[in-house]
Amino acid sequence: MKQINCDVAVIGAGGAGLSAAAAAAAQGKKVAVIDREESCGGVLCQCIHNGFGLRYFNEELTGPEYALRMERCARESGAEILLGETVGAVKRNSDSTFEATLYSVANGVSKLNTKAVVFATGCRERTRANIAVPGDRSAGVYTAGSAQKLMNLTGMLPGRRAVIVGSGDIGLIMARRCRWSGIEVAAVVEILPEPSGLPRNIAQCLRDFDIPLLLSHRCARIIGRNRVEAVEIENLITKERFTYQCDTVLFSVGLIPENELLKSMGVAMNPATGGPCVDGSCQCALPGVFAAGNSLHVHDLVDFASIEARRAGMAAAEYASSGKLPEAAAVVACSKTLKYAIPNKCVPGTACEFFFRPTVSCAKAKLTALADGVGIAQKMCVSVRPAEMLAMKAEIPANAAKVQFHLEECK
Amino acid sequence: MKQYDVVVIGAGATGASIAWRLSHYDLQVALVDRCADASFGVSKANSGIVHGGFHHSADSTLKAKLELEGNEMFDALQKELDFEFTRCGILVVAYSDEELPQLQKLYERGVANKVPGIEMCDRPRLLELEPKLTDAAVAGFFVPRGGVIEPYGYVFSLVESAELNGVEFWRNFQVVSAEKEGDFRTLTAADGRKVQARFVVNAAGLYADEVSRICGGEEFEIRPRKGEEYLLDRTSPGRPSKVIFPVPTPCSKGMLVIPTAGGTTMIGPSATMVDDKEENSTTQPEREIIFEHSKKMVKGICERDLVAAFSGLRPVLPGNEDFFIARSEKASDLIQAAGIQSPGLTASPAIGVYVKNILADCGIELKEKSAPRKILPPKNRARELTPEELDKLHADEKLASRIICRCEFISEAEIVAAVRRGHVTLDGVKFRTRAGMGRCQGGFCAPKIMQIISRESGIPMEELTKRGPGSELLVGKLGSLEVK
Ligand SMILES: Cc1cc2nc3c(=O)[nH]c(=O)nc-3n(C[C@H](O)[C@H](O)[C@H](O)COP(=O)(O)OP(=O)(O)OC[C@H]3O[C@@H](n4cnc5c(N)ncnc54)[C@H](O)[C@@H]3O)c2cc1C
Ligand SMILES: Cc1cc2nc3c(=O)[nH]c(=O)nc-3n(C[C@H](O)[C@H](O)[C@H](O)COP(=O)(O)OP(=O)(O)OC[C@H]3O[C@@H](n4cnc5c(N)ncnc54)[C@H](O)[C@@H]3O)c2cc1C
Repeated sequence: MKQINCDVAVIGAGGAGLSAAAAAAAQGKKVAVIDREESCGGVLCQCIHNGFGLRYFNEELTGPEYALRMERCARESGAEILLGETVGAVKRNSDSTFEATLYSVANGVSKLNTKAVVFATGCRERTRANIAVPGDRSAGVYTAGSAQKLMNLTGMLPGRRAVIVGSGDIGLIMARRCRWSGIEVAAVVEILPEPSGLPRNIAQCLRDFDIPLLLSHRCARIIGRNRVEAVEIENLITKERFTYQCDTVLFSVGLIPENELLKSMGVAMNPATGGPCVDGSCQCALPGVFAAGNSLHVHDLVDFASIEARRAGMAAAEYASSGKLPEAAAVVACSKTLKYAIPNKCVPGTACEFFFRPTVSCAKAKLTALADGVGIAQKMCVSVRPAEMLAMKAEIPANAAKVQFHLEECK
Repeated sequence: MKQYDVVVIGAGATGASIAWRLSHYDLQVALVDRCADASFGVSKANSGIVHGGFHHSADSTLKAKLELEGNEMFDALQKELDFEFTRCGILVVAYSDEELPQLQKLYERGVANKVPGIEMCDRPRLLELEPKLTDAAVAGFFVPRGGVIEPYGYVFSLVESAELNGVEFWRNFQVVSAEKEGDFRTLTAADGRKVQARFVVNAAGLYADEVSRICGGEEFEIRPRKGEEYLLDRTSPGRPSKVIFPVPTPCSKGMLVIPTAGGTTMIGPSATMVDDKEENSTTQPEREIIFEHSKKMVKGICERDLVAAFSGLRPVLPGNEDFFIARSEKASDLIQAAGIQSPGLTASPAIGVYVKNILADCGIELKEKSAPRKILPPKNRARELTPEELDKLHADEKLASRIICRCEFISEAEIVAAVRRGHVTLDGVKFRTRAGMGRCQGGFCAPKIMQIISRESGIPMEELTKRGPGSELLVGKLGSLEVK
C-alpha cells in the first residue's frame, strides 16, 4: 500500500481547500490537497456564470476561472494536489498525528500520514425527502445542483418544462440556465413570504425572463407515475391548491455541510450550522483538526469561504510546527436575531473575524460585539436577510471570557 | 420460437425463488417480467423483514406454514447467494395495559406454531434487549429467529444465480395473451415477442388475477393494500437493534421500527386499501401518522433524518387473505402462486420448494443437474472490504477502488458489474448496488452513474431511464431545444 507523508493534509480542493492549502504551503509546510474529482474547484466547476472573486481577487470571474486562479495560487505556493482520490476515513493516531485512507483508480488504496488536517469537504443539497414532499417517485426530479452538473458538465438537458422549488441563488441561477437552454420555467415556488436569493439574481434570472415567483407557496405533491407530469402547489395564505404541468422539478431548498468524516472522528458539532464547533483559527474541539468553507457553515460567496480557509491553512501550518495553538478561552454567544456566530470560541488579546447568519429581515440593523458586557465593536448592516451572511472583525480584549453579539433593527 | 418446460411469470421474490429452485434441475426454464428489471413489483417496496411466524396459525393458514419454513431457509441461502441478511430478532411490544391480552394471545399463537426461542419479557427484560424503547413500553415478547433482509438484493441474487445456472430471464416482457396449442402454451408479450411453455407459473403479484384470466385459470380478484414506508439516515439515533412491532390490529401487523439490513432505519408501513394497482405515491397524512406512532415506540426518531419515502402495494386475495398456491383446476398447465401478500418475502424460499413439488405432481421429471452448480462471483462491496483487501483487489480490477457513491461507499467496479449483469436502469443499479440510496439520494452520483451505464451498455444518455420505458431521465443534448 502506498504511503504518503505530509505536514498538513487538506481534504477537498474547492474554493476553500485550495485557499487553505496555499496558505499552509506559503508557511513552508509540506501540504497535500486531496479531492475525489479529476479536477480542482469543487462546485465552482459547474458554476459557469459570473459573480465570483470580487472580494478575493478584486475582479469578477466565473466559477471555473476562480477555481483556476485558486489552483494556481496553491501550486505556486508548493502544495501538492492529489486528484481522483476519495478520502474514506480519517483517524487520530496514538502520537496525535492523523492517518487518512485514500481510494483511487491510479493508486488503489493509500495511507496518508499528517500532523494536521483541514476539512474543506463542502456541502450537499437538501433533497425532496428532506422537505418531505409527498407524491409519486417520478423521473425528472433533481436537485438544482445535479441538474446544473448534468447541463454544464455532461452537456445534457434534464427536461422541457420545469418547476423550481426554492428561490435561493442556486434555484434562481438554474431558472435562467434553463431558459438559456430552451427549457421553459413554469414558476419558482418559495415557501417563505420573501425570496431567499440575492435581489440581483431575482432581477437578472427571473424578472428579465418573466418567470413567475410564487411567494408563500409550497410544492405539495409530485404527480407522474413514470416521468413527472405535474406538481401540485399550495398557496399557504388562501390554502388554495392548483397544479402546474411540467416534466421536471428542480429542488433548491438549501445546503447541508458534508461532515460525515469529521463526525466519525467524534468532533463536537454545532447544530445551528451543521458544521463542527471551531475556534478563531477554525480548529475543531480535537486539536490538529480544522474545518473551513461550506463544510464549516454554508457560505453564499466563495470569496468568504476562501478567506476563512486561509485562516484555517495558516493555523494548521502553525499547529504542524509547534503542536499547539493559543488557547481560545473566550466563548462566543449571540442574540436570538442571529442564528449563529462563527467561530464559537476565540483567543483573548487577538483580532478575530466573525461570520453570522441573521434570523430576521430588515432594512437596517446594528450589529454590536460586547466583551464581558463592554462594547468592543459595532457595525451598521443594510438589507439584512437570513439568506445573506454577515461578517465583522473585532479586537478581543486580553482576559475576555465571553464575547456576545447583538443584532438590533434600526427604525 | 423458444420452447421451455416451465415459464415463470413475475420476477419478484415469489417467481425468482421458484425459478432459482427449478434451476437445480435438468429443465428449460424462463422467467419473464413486465418491468425493466427483477424485483420492480412489490418485492422492492416492503419492510424487508424475515418474519417470526407468530401472526397467523400454522394449522389453518398456508402462509404461516410457509413463513415458518421460509424463515429457517435464509441462512443457507445467504451463504450461497451473499445478500444482506441478519437475524437481529423481533420484539413485539405492548405500549399500554389494554394491549396485554392481545399480546398474550399472539405469544400463545407463537408457542403453538413452535416458534423457536420465543420469550415473554417484562419491562426490565425488554429494556435489556432494546434500551431505545420509550417509557410507554409495558411488556412484550422476543423472537430471536426474526430478522431483516435487503429484499431487492435477495431477489437479484436469486435471479442472477438462476441465470448463471441456465434460466433465461426476459425483461420488459408483459404477458398479454396465452394460447394453448397441443402440449404447449404460447405466451405473447405486449411488444410481440413470444415464448412457449409446457407449464406456466403465475407469480405475477398484483396482476396474478389478470394472468390467471389470460391463461384460462380461476377467476379471482387481487386487491392492493398500500403501505407507506419512511427511511431514516444511517446515523439516526432512532435505529434500534431489533425489529420493533406494536401489538397488531386485525388487518395489519401495525407500524414498525426497523433496523434495515442496509444499515438505515425504516418506519412504517401503513395499510390502506386502494383501487389502483399503480398507486405508489406517498402522502402527508400517512407520513404524519407513521412518525407519530414510531416516536411513541422508540426514542430518537426525528423527521430531520428522513432520506427517502416510498410505498408498496400488498397483493391481497380478499376473503380468507391466505396465499393461493396450487395447480389450477381450470387450466391444467397453470400453477397459481397468487395472493402473496405479507409474509411473502419470508415465505418465498419455501414457496419455491412448494411449487417445485406441485410441478413434480404434475408429472414434470425433476432430474438434478449433473454439472456442478455455478456460483455467483463475489460482490466485492467496497464498504465491507478492509483497505488492505481493496488494495489487493485493485491489482486486477482498477475500478474497485474508485468510489462513486460517497454516501453508501460504492465503487465503480460494483456499478460496472451490475450494468454488465443487465441492470441498465438507474433504479436497477441503485437497488442492485445501493449507489444513490444514501442521504444525498443520488444528488452527487446520479450523473456519474448515468455516464457509467451509458458507457457500459451502449445506451445513449438521452435514452436512459429511471425504471424502464416512460421514465426517461433526460430529454436530449444541450442545444437540442429551441431557445425562445
Ligand atoms: C449553483 C451555485 C451558485 C453559486 N453562485 C455563487 C456566486 O455567484 N458567487 C459566489 O461567490 N459564490 C457562489 N456560490 C457559492 C460558492 O460556490 C461556494 O460557497 C464555494 O465554492 C464552496 O467552496 P468549498 O470549497 O467550501 O466547497 P466545494 O466547492 O463543495 O468543495 C468541496 C470539495 O471537497 C471534495 N470532497 C468532499 N469530500 C471528499 C472526500 N471524502 N474525499 C475527497 N474529496 C472530497 C469535493 O469533491 C469537492 O471538490 C454558488 C454555489 C452554487 C452551488
Ligand atoms: C408495505 C409492504 C410491506 C411488506 N413487508 C413485508 C415484510 O416485512 N416481510 C415479508 O415477508 N413480506 C412483506 N411484504 C410482502 C412482500 O413484499 C410480498 O409478499 C412479496 O414481495 C411478493 O412477491 P411477489 O413476487 O409475489 O410479487 P411481486 O414482487 O410484485 O412480483 C410480481 C411480478 O410480476 C410481474 N408481472 C405482473 N404482471 C405481469 C405480466 N402480465 N407479465 C409479466 N410479468 C408480470 C410484475 O412486474 C412483478 O415484478 C410487504 C408488502 C408490502 C406492500
